[in-house]
Amino acid sequence: MKEAVLRVFRGTADGGELVEYRVPVAPGMVVLDALHHIQGYLAPDLAVRWNCKAGKCGSCSAEVNGRPRLTCKTRMDSLPADRPIVVTPMKAFPVLRDLVTDVSWNYEVNRKIPPFSPRAGTDWKMSQADVDRVQEFRKCIECFLCQNVCHVLRDHGKKREFGGPRFFVRVAALEMHPLDGLSRTKLLKEELGLGYCNITKCCTEVCPEDIHITDNAIIPLKERVIDDFYDPLAKLLRKVFGRKRT
Amino acid sequence: MSRPYETREHDVLVVGAGGAGLRAAIEALARGASVGVVCKSLLGKAHTVMAEGGIAAAMANVDPADDWRAHFRDTMRGGKFLNNWRMAQIHAQEAPDRVRELEQWGALFDRTADGDILQRAFGGHTFKRLCHVGDRTGLEMIRTLQDRGVQMGFHVYMECAVTKLLTDGDRVCGAVGYWREQGRFVVFRAKSVVLATGGIGKAWKITSNSWEYTGDGMALAFDAGAELVDMEFVQFHPTGMVWPPGVQGLLVTEAVRGEGGVLRNRLGERFMERYDPEKLDLSTRDVVARAIYTEVREGRGTEHGGAFLDISQKPAEYVKRKLPSMYHQFLELADVDITKGPMEVGPTCHYMMGGVRVDAETAETSVPGLYAAGGVAAGLHGANRLGGNSLSDLLVFGRRAGLAAAERAGRTGPGAFDERQIDEATAEMLAFFERPDGESPYAVHRDLTETMQSLVGIFRNRDDLESGLAKIREFRDRWDRIRVEGSRLFNPGWHLARDLKAMLTVSEAVARSALRREESRGAHSRTDFARSDPTWGKKNIVVKRVGGAMELSERPVPEPPPDLKTILEAP
Repeated sequence: MKEAVLRVFRGTADGGELVEYRVPVAPGMVVLDALHHIQGYLAPDLAVRWNCKAGKCGSCSAEVNGRPRLTCKTRMDSLPADRPIVVTPMKAFPVLRDLVTDVSWNYEVNRKIPPFSPRAGTDWKMSQADVDRVQEFRKCIECFLCQNVCHVLRDHGKKREFGGPRFFVRVAALEMHPLDGLSRTKLLKEELGLGYCNITKCCTEVCPEDIHITDNAIIPLKERVIDDFYDPLAKLLRKVFGRKRT
Repeated sequence: MSRPYETREHDVLVVGAGGAGLRAAIEALARGASVGVVCKSLLGKAHTVMAEGGIAAAMANVDPADDWRAHFRDTMRGGKFLNNWRMAQIHAQEAPDRVRELEQWGALFDRTADGDILQRAFGGHTFKRLCHVGDRTGLEMIRTLQDRGVQMGFHVYMECAVTKLLTDGDRVCGAVGYWREQGRFVVFRAKSVVLATGGIGKAWKITSNSWEYTGDGMALAFDAGAELVDMEFVQFHPTGMVWPPGVQGLLVTEAVRGEGGVLRNRLGERFMERYDPEKLDLSTRDVVARAIYTEVREGRGTEHGGAFLDISQKPAEYVKRKLPSMYHQFLELADVDITKGPMEVGPTCHYMMGGVRVDAETAETSVPGLYAAGGVAAGLHGANRLGGNSLSDLLVFGRRAGLAAAERAGRTGPGAFDERQIDEATAEMLAFFERPDGESPYAVHRDLTETMQSLVGIFRNRDDLESGLAKIREFRDRWDRIRVEGSRLFNPGWHLARDLKAMLTVSEAVARSALRREESRGAHSRTDFARSDPTWGKKNIVVKRVGGAMELSERPVPEPPPDLKTILEAP
């Protein structure tokens, strides 16, 4: 049977090292299968998060050969066979142990976002076309790979000033919900630091759900912030005709 | 000797953060209770996210003739009348409101041309009844409930596992657990506890279930003296992936058939014509799973031991829109483009109809202060669950459990428990590290799943079940000798050792109930008792711990009142 060599980070926040494991390769195998093999036969204490193993829960995020990936969707046969597969934890979050990182910051950001607030008197009728636009954002499985790859967080560590692509997607889903009656542009500008994003599209590239994070969520939100805070004419019109658009 | 632990206190403690747990927490919060939610994974990762096809609710948006009576009838028929009729009635009556509520909290379902919630056909449902979001309905539901709960202010204890319920006399008054991250112990004091831990699929080798599905709640309830019921009824979903090996068992949603997908064998025959000429591919899951299994066993299976499921006759754009995650799942994991050719599918252990016996109105178990809702509870589905009835179950009975748990908390004080209970629980967890040598929990788990798959699977007989039980007893001895390597910090081997204990308890309950029921009904198929027996059709099997041992008894199935009988007898 064919064998693959994996070099997996073992350690804690205090440091660690890459440890080499040899794993038999089966057809169609993914990196998470290899990690499970290591747990089952070689290192029963290897810490890995996973749940569905089907790309639906977003738990098994890590970096494979330096690229942020869901390990359950990374086929072994898509990686170069002539060198070891290096698996390391997401870099933007503190390591807890091995491949498990502390992602609790994301849950804190989420709490800042005001929930869906339906307009008064709605009849709950919506067209599929209006829903489609928002359903793209609702596909997000919270794997946090977009947060991990975003240079504002990864390289500059601006976790206090910046919400990150995941939460721009979440705000976009609320702002563009056909029946929502709230505006969250102030939050975007002042608390989630939308202005830090300089649309390099790294987040879009790594999204396992193919959400067009930059084009469909971030840019339209930036336009709304500009309309609300920097465009005096739009501001005046809103004062006269009311605030909300969808 | 007392080991250090932290203490947290709530009116209501909810164990599990899937659909049922979150819905229970939301309701208890709405009633003014302080609520703690404990979950083994991160919030939002529970197995509910895997639910694909939809939520069954008689909204009549697509088929105006649908109403709760029809849904009730379908559910009872699907469950071969072993269901708790009152649960089936409440479920059918309340599901539409629970769906509308989700929408009011921000969920976005697919729409009809009139702008209402769209509904699709599913196995065993007379009408188009499943409200859905493409094939990711569960994700939409979990995200909606999660955001609602966070806004309302529940305390979520993530990556925390409960290992024992604390009791004061006959009532439950808290739980002992540990943080997976640091391995430290924690004691939760609560006036009521809601179990919402889901099923037990991880005891089988081929399963659609995630690592969390280890029967925790059933075992916790059993250990606390609660009754389990219908444990012989394990649902094998007819369509799991069979190839490549790493994805074996991964769910292929019934929505593929709901949207027009057709099953064929290696010879190209639509074999469902032989097993259920009327409902064909949309027959109930027990029937379709047995049909595929039989086709394979009789030599008409596909190359990798399954059946073909084909939706490629539909326009590619339609398939990609209605079944996007199936499209990606097969393309990325199996190199199959389902818009161009068939999938290979076979049965996979998916759902447990049995579980903790509960009161239909309040979801209270036979132990005061202990509630159970969703996959961990039993009664609604009887001998076989219809697709789509699980998500609605989570909402309807999750809400009722949260309501009753909060009300109870309002009229009782906190219980007092003996510290020795905590010592016992922590000693048991630490024993794995203290043995100088021993076996890996992974080895014992592998052997358990092999045994349950081959001896307590889709088709059963006395010899297999008896040897299965003998093996489970061996695994129990091996469990006593498990040694865990490494530290207490986020140690999955340690967690598995603890989960294994629950799996062994529940596996024994399944095998013994299956041995006791000498007939075939719904998901329980005995090759040595191939027919349904009307006397067994009037009995549920109840499993309970009596003086430290597992005991089985038979209980009459409650009779529906005359007006509901009339509904059931309608053509």
